Amino acid sequence: MNLHPVRAIYMAEMARTRRTLLQSIVSPVISTSLYFVVFGAAIGSRISEVNGVSYGAFIVPGLIMLMLLTQSVSNASFGIFFPKFSGSIYELLSAPISHLEIVIGYVGAAASKSILLGLIILATSGLFVPLEIAHPFWMLFFLVLTAVTFSLLGFIIGIWADGFDRLQLVPLLVITPLTFLGGSFYSIDMLPPFWQNVTLANPVVYLVSGFRWSFYGISDVSLAASVGMIALFLVACLGTIGWIFRTGYRLKP
Amino acid sequence: MNDPIITINGLNKTYEGGFQALTHIDLTIQRGEIFALLGPNGAGKTTLISVVCGLVNPTAGHVLVDGFDNITHYRQARELIGLVPQELTNEAFETVWNTVSFSRGLFGKAPNPAHIEKVLKSLTLWDKRNNRLMTLSGGMKRRVLIAKALSHEPRILFLDEPTAGVDVELRREMWEVVRQLCDNGVTIILTTHYIEEAEEMADRIGVINRGELVLVEEKAALMSKLGSKQLTLNLHSPLTEMPATLQRFELSLAAEGYELIYTYDGSQEEDSHAISELLTALEREGVTFKDLNTRQSSLEDIFVDLVNPKERA
Repeated sequence: MNLHPVRAIYMAEMARTRRTLLQSIVSPVISTSLYFVVFGAAIGSRISEVNGVSYGAFIVPGLIMLMLLTQSVSNASFGIFFPKFSGSIYELLSAPISHLEIVIGYVGAAASKSILLGLIILATSGLFVPLEIAHPFWMLFFLVLTAVTFSLLGFIIGIWADGFDRLQLVPLLVITPLTFLGGSFYSIDMLPPFWQNVTLANPVVYLVSGFRWSFYGISDVSLAASVGMIALFLVACLGTIGWIFRTGYRLKP
Repeated sequence: MNDPIITINGLNKTYEGGFQALTHIDLTIQRGEIFALLGPNGAGKTTLISVVCGLVNPTAGHVLVDGFDNITHYRQARELIGLVPQELTNEAFETVWNTVSFSRGLFGKAPNPAHIEKVLKSLTLWDKRNNRLMTLSGGMKRRVLIAKALSHEPRILFLDEPTAGVDVELRREMWEVVRQLCDNGVTIILTTHYIEEAEEMADRIGVINRGELVLVEEKAALMSKLGSKQLTLNLHSPLTEMPATLQRFELSLAAEGYELIYTYDGSQEEDSHAISELLTALEREGVTFKDLNTRQSSLEDIFVDLVNPKERA
């Protein structure tokens, strides 16, 4: 592996984040903080504890996961879509660089941004609600793996999208609804039995559950199911990207 | 000279819709030469370059770059190549310095600010190094694309319509840059619509039309082989028909008989005698003229003849 091209892509993507600091970092931190204020402090104070955890603290893992998923997808999709849109992707495709190096550069940068954001939001949430992290290693494990997996998904979307509207389609119409309905704001125990079963078809449930378990030791599904689901998703994304590069789908005519 | 740096064998490209862009292309580019690829719009010039550079998958055939297959040994093949695309494509918000440095890294080379500085100075971009690309003129953006292509010190440079939309002065400057690169041993392959560019720059010329390589020839030999000369005599009185004594010359009448045109091959020694004989014959026939001019067919005429012979007929 040649690290120079990986570094070049990674640094260029991180430089783009610095150029758009308000949009990339400040905006998601403020919008997530508003959730803490509204659901945690204002409304949350009137809601009883969930499995022994105050409602304000209960929603912290879900909110971080909400931000992590949407930002990972949008960062990675934009990163690869923009060169396609501007035409400068010719340089990437004609460079002596392997598919793996391209993915590490773009997905690594997108995941780094998301992880940084996740940690900032985690620190910010401590200002609004009392926090505890029962399993720090597992918390970081879920944070990193989710960021990487959804950055891979974003990379796929960026290659698939042929316009800005499609670029926004999946994050807005798929990721956000799945996250909201994936137990970010509630435990699936609160749902009627039928909807509990339906909810189990939502992959985000497993991510939120595992992440929440790393904070408070409580979960909707088993830890093994959470790890298995994210591993499955990771493998599916890697397989899809492998197929894209092998066939040149939407990259090479 | 037989020191090929690019060898293309049996290259075919058919796009998904069924359009055959390239048909069995065989071509060898010699090390250190300037090769001009001419062809009308849609002839397959850009597709050919794109296949060699790895931007388009070939349907059949293969490409060797300095002995390396451009698919199975893409790393070794691609690191030798720099590509300047036809479109002005770049990251609008990046600075000149950053985008050129990025290209060097992307091609697997360690950072080398001294080389980037040298490239930017050679393209008179040094003063603009901290400017964002969006603030540059079209000509400057074209130079940035060349600088990006040169950032990793390629041995082969593809220039796809390098001076399209560039003013005359800048075009001349770019030609000078290309000549300097060639003097430094870089092999240049350029596509162009400007025939004068190929005439001015190229060592060899290839003509591609409808995906087929119609001709590949040394420029001088091509001009000599296909370039004809014309002597036009403006007559005092029009000729309604060709006098019998003039039939043996390759003559034609134009401008309602006021112009007598003699077409000949300027490279042949006997043609100079033929002109004397023609002028003597004209005097005998009492055909007088008030003016004359000669014209040598340009590469453009040759090109038009090759790609569209009917138009010339």
